[in-house]
Amino acid sequence: MSAFNDITKNGFWKQNPLLVQLLGLCPLLAISTSLVNAVSLGLATILVMLLANFAVASLRALIPYEIRIPVFVLIIAALVTVVDLSFNAFLHDLYLVLGIFIPLIVTNCIVLARVEAFAAKNGLAAATLDGVMMGVGFLWVIALIGGLRELIGQGTLFSGIEMIFPALSGIQVLPLDYPGFLIMMLPPGAFFTLGLLIAGRNWSEARANQRRLNQLKQAEHPGDKPAENMPPFTA
Amino acid sequence: MDESSDAVENMPPRRSALYIALRTAAILLAFTLVFTALMASAYYLTAPRVAASAEAEKLRLLAVVLAPTFYDNDLLNDAITLPPTSALDTGENTRLYRARKNGQPVALVFEAIATDGYSGKIGLLLAVSSTGQLLALRVTQHKETPGLGDYIDPKKDRNKVRPWITQFSNIGFDSVPPEQWHVKKDGGHFDQMAGATISARAVTNASGRALAWVNKNHDKLFALPANSLYQE
Repeated sequence: MSAFNDITKNGFWKQNPLLVQLLGLCPLLAISTSLVNAVSLGLATILVMLLANFAVASLRALIPYEIRIPVFVLIIAALVTVVDLSFNAFLHDLYLVLGIFIPLIVTNCIVLARVEAFAAKNGLAAATLDGVMMGVGFLWVIALIGGLRELIGQGTLFSGIEMIFPALSGIQVLPLDYPGFLIMMLPPGAFFTLGLLIAGRNWSEARANQRRLNQLKQAEHPGDKPAENMPPFTA
Repeated sequence: MDESSDAVENMPPRRSALYIALRTAAILLAFTLVFTALMASAYYLTAPRVAASAEAEKLRLLAVVLAPTFYDNDLLNDAITLPPTSALDTGENTRLYRARKNGQPVALVFEAIATDGYSGKIGLLLAVSSTGQLLALRVTQHKETPGLGDYIDPKKDRNKVRPWITQFSNIGFDSVPPEQWHVKKDGGHFDQMAGATISARAVTNASGRALAWVNKNHDKLFALPANSLYQE
């Protein structure tokens, strides 16, 4: 069971596709202009990663190692096409919102990366879970960036939600005369936000490491005070 | 020394490059066939529903500029094809829909392009009544700057009560003569948002050109048989 725990933690935090592996920047730049767009793409990505990892893990015995890359690309492209067509036919309202994003998932190298690094070497259940959890890791980061960019860039949240749920409408968070902050809506805004999030993650990791180190030292030399020569991290 | 020669003897016989290439290509071909079949069957199963949705979507968009109560004919089939037209700046064939009520011409619905937006082309859908009034105008596609020039699309316009584009509802050259059909910044009639004039100017000027063109050719456009090709 602990293997499944690790897979979940890896996708969510330790090997987060956007914060640690830095994969999937192309859709991140294009789509994270609003919370609704970001969550929509994140959900579609989870679906495709689940299907891709499942398909590759179940077919891996049949795929010769030397030509695995073209076969993976073929499988992913075929699955994205099928998802695209099915959404268009059976979930048309959602397709009108997500439609332009679904083909973009092919450009998301996180799908190919997980297929190659994980699904091709692991069992069906583990590979499927990995696909979902990596997708979830992608979803929460792109949603956070989308929300921040939308809030700072145009002062709203959930704008465009009426296209998915006609009863709801976006929220004007900042005053109506908020002038907007254009660069946040343009691609550089995505880079700035992502950079700050990565810095924040690295900082919190470094802090946790430092605490663990101090605890080890305390355990070895119970009488000593915590190391004085190390500058303490302050919040 | 001994070990390595053992290993060489135990290795399977080396195959020729041609054999390897053919065998690998056969496997790749098998995968291609299976997954192409998957895509083809998905396409086959979804095609009727996709076509129906596309039709409904087109009608929905038409209904935004022309209320269905205005006409009683089969709008989607009472249409003609327009070749690329310089007055509309369309670079390819477009459809022009003819609305009639009790057989009498009521309005024309057609597309136009504004080529001088801030970034790329702005697609417009216009409904023009047979009395020469612009009934409604909508932006169908654009790439104007989010949060700045994109107010030309009422979904993005922060003024939800009276979006910018509704200035172009029920207005004609009788109330705003062609020389006034510009944004206020250019000395014309229509408002624009400060700091984002280019998108508004492009839409305003393109709609003026399209209105003049359709008013001039109105009778000829209605006279053509359905599904024929218009020639200037």
